[in-house]
Amino acid sequence: MKDRIARAEIGPMVDPQLLQDVLGEALATGGEFAEVFVEDRRSTSALLDDGRIEEMASGRDRGAGIRVVVGETTGFAHTADLSPTGLRAASAAASAAALGGGDGVREVVLDSPSGPPSAVVDVLPSDVAKGRKVALLAEANEAARARDGAITQVTARYADSQRRIQIANSDGLLTGDRQVRTLFSVSCVASGDSGLQTGRESVGHTVGFELFDRVDVGDLARRAAERALTKLDAVPAPSGEMPVVVGPGGGGVLFHEACGHGLEADLIAKSASVFAGRRGEVVAAPGVSLVDDGTMTGEWGCYAVDDEGRPAQRNVLISDGELTDYMWDRLRARKEGRDSSGNGRRQGYRYLPMVRMTNTYLEAGNDDPEEIVAGTDHGVYVAQLGGGQVNTATGDFVFGMTEAYLIEDGQLTAPIREGNLIGNGPAVLLDIDAIAGDFAMGSPGTCGKDGQGVPVGDGTPTLRVSRLTVGGTAA
Amino acid sequence: MERRPEVPELLDLAEQIVGWADEGEQVEAVVVHERETEVRAYEGKVESLISAESQGVGVRVVHDGRQGFAYAGTLDPDALAEVLAEARDNLTFATPDEHCALAEPDGVKPAELDLYRATLVDHPTEAKVALALDLERRTRAADPRISGVESADYSDSISESAVATTTGILATGRETGCFLSSYALAEQDGETQTGFGFSLGREPSDLDVEEAAADAAERSTRMLGAVKPPSGRMTVVLDPWVSAQFLGIVGGTLSGEAVQKGRSLFADRLGEDVAAPLLTLVDDPTDPAAHTATGSDGEGLATRRNVLMADGRLERFVHNSETARRAGTVSTGSAVRGYSSTPGVGVRAVAVAGGDRPPAELIAAIDDGLLVQGVTGLHSGVNAVSGDFSTGAEGLRIRGGALAEPVREFTIASTIQKMLLDVLAIGDDVRWLPMRAAGVTLVIGELTVSGV
Repeated sequence: MKDRIARAEIGPMVDPQLLQDVLGEALATGGEFAEVFVEDRRSTSALLDDGRIEEMASGRDRGAGIRVVVGETTGFAHTADLSPTGLRAASAAASAAALGGGDGVREVVLDSPSGPPSAVVDVLPSDVAKGRKVALLAEANEAARARDGAITQVTARYADSQRRIQIANSDGLLTGDRQVRTLFSVSCVASGDSGLQTGRESVGHTVGFELFDRVDVGDLARRAAERALTKLDAVPAPSGEMPVVVGPGGGGVLFHEACGHGLEADLIAKSASVFAGRRGEVVAAPGVSLVDDGTMTGEWGCYAVDDEGRPAQRNVLISDGELTDYMWDRLRARKEGRDSSGNGRRQGYRYLPMVRMTNTYLEAGNDDPEEIVAGTDHGVYVAQLGGGQVNTATGDFVFGMTEAYLIEDGQLTAPIREGNLIGNGPAVLLDIDAIAGDFAMGSPGTCGKDGQGVPVGDGTPTLRVSRLTVGGTAA
Repeated sequence: MERRPEVPELLDLAEQIVGWADEGEQVEAVVVHERETEVRAYEGKVESLISAESQGVGVRVVHDGRQGFAYAGTLDPDALAEVLAEARDNLTFATPDEHCALAEPDGVKPAELDLYRATLVDHPTEAKVALALDLERRTRAADPRISGVESADYSDSISESAVATTTGILATGRETGCFLSSYALAEQDGETQTGFGFSLGREPSDLDVEEAAADAAERSTRMLGAVKPPSGRMTVVLDPWVSAQFLGIVGGTLSGEAVQKGRSLFADRLGEDVAAPLLTLVDDPTDPAAHTATGSDGEGLATRRNVLMADGRLERFVHNSETARRAGTVSTGSAVRGYSSTPGVGVRAVAVAGGDRPPAELIAAIDDGLLVQGVTGLHSGVNAVSGDFSTGAEGLRIRGGALAEPVREFTIASTIQKMLLDVLAIGDDVRWLPMRAAGVTLVIGELTVSGV
């Protein structure tokens, strides 16, 4: 089966000769760089809500985005028409948008296809009967409802996507990738005297349907139910500055917001980041080593090549507290006379690429997770984080806590209601005073930037920030 | 790039798909076409110019109480039959439900809204580029403390759509919109602050470059020197940009679907007082001043003016045709969707009835409080099911009735239920914003501020 898939999937999406011609025409107005990005994405999703399979949906998006760079200006156009006529029209629009002078069509010669091989997928989702996908939803629904009568609503969602990309540029690069992602999530509502509470769990990997060989959707559903039930007894979250312990897995969002975005070279180039000009400096507490790694096989934010055709890399951003490097796409790297770090990504062919994270994680330390809690007199323990947001120019960032507990006299006590925590990235990085050895990856996420969403992963061991502002309502 | 389809052509395509329906089958086709231009200026030059054209089709098939859906990001003739076949196949996996059906014509005539401007369609790219460059230049020139502009953008869209069904619905819409936004960086003594300014309209002559630039500069420079405020309960003034975001969330809790599925905190409260008596909340997509105005909803039914809360009393939930059938009522024209999804239920253009006093007068009446000009983390800090919320915030202290020092890195928290009851005053500055709600200055009697 693997061989059959490989043959069917690998092969040019658009004829290289046509790409060569289109790139040559794209440079006709004087551009110094042109690129064609071709994408074909098929997706399936199925939704169970209110006890019913409400819908199964499938979609297809296929097209090409063409960009032309002249000096400081990038022109961009896209088309859903992959015929020679469609591609040539988009190419003309992109080169016109780049507003260059122009001295006629230039010849572009593409190299042989290159780049690392796409990840091996055992079971392509499109080869799996839709009925099997739907059966998983019913299983999750039953498991969550069986957990407790207080679970009054369950939503379960299955989604997969198969994305093929092909990238050719005027430097002669010709490459591509196939990315297969599979996702499953369960959201529960619990009703009690205190009102309604919610609990969510999700799992997503850059793999095929074999995901469910190792993930039991019943377990996932029971964990989501448990989370909602726990919060029925939640007390209002405290308000003000205190130590915050973040459990294994979830803490990645904290780093994604506290410094991840601030280390993206496009924001650095515009001095719109508090970390601009700070390479080589100590920016975090000793023991803090932060890595962005697009090569982590199977993780939600991984790929063989990025959306500019650059192979994914493991990039060390902070090493034992010292800022070692930023993340780069082609455009910003070229200005600095260096290579891209494989972080040029886009939501789809209708978008320009920009610097994005992949899988961002904090390396494990040596502390004992139980001792970290025991050594915290009064504070908050966050078991699961929600999303977050950052203003990279000021460094102020928030992240949500969707499951959290009070720490009183070194013990976890009452669950607390949802809310955000707020901190300032550079200060928080220096205030990390404990890192455990219990590293885990977190839940699959979608990172939004400038209107584009891309899949990202994150991970951390248990860690403590000596001082963060918890945004609750309790006095 | 491709030849631009006109609205009648979109309708023809939708009807063509509907014509392929089998006996006993309901089919709905949604066809959209959109053109967009986006210009980003940076340091006096064009950083990027995007000229985009996209189209798509979404097909829903209902048979024996089951629905299936499929979409494709193309109007290629070969793709249309494939999409229908996929939708048909997908429905076999759904659970039958007596309320599952397409909308039926309900005799309500769509409001005749003039949302399309040929002047935008004909506006030359060079003039759009000039607007973005002018916006960046003016933002930089507005104050010597402006150290840079992270982004200064002009963007516009021209969208056309058609919906057709076997039940006899035929609806079309077309609209234009354009938007200027500037994100300024202000710097003093090594400290950087940011501020956002914008202007929007249906055609370029609606845009006010100077206002967008001045707002961005003002909102960033006035944050210079900001400190973290002490924690405590406080009277908080939400500026229009902030209140609109909260009102949009409140509107979301009033969806008939959330109510029926046990996910609305207002589920059993129709007819009860859920907000301060001075609060009247209306969802009116037929108001052409709303950026999100539209004559017909995602199922092709006429949109209408829906009073959600009147003098603090909960008046109604909003419905699409399916949730209406389930509730034994009629659709409120509130189906929301794109071509790549089935119709959900939601508000489109919510606004509170404005008060009679300007914001400055409301602030002058507050001895000790806080004006919030920006919030972050609404997606992670607001639970629309439980009603708990806590968001990051920045703004200015209010002391003795006047705006005082800037404050940042704090949160404001309460519950949606309590905040609605705590509305003390409403400004006269109702303003439509680029979102599903209008903003207005709102004074909230008490929110918890978490800072130092």
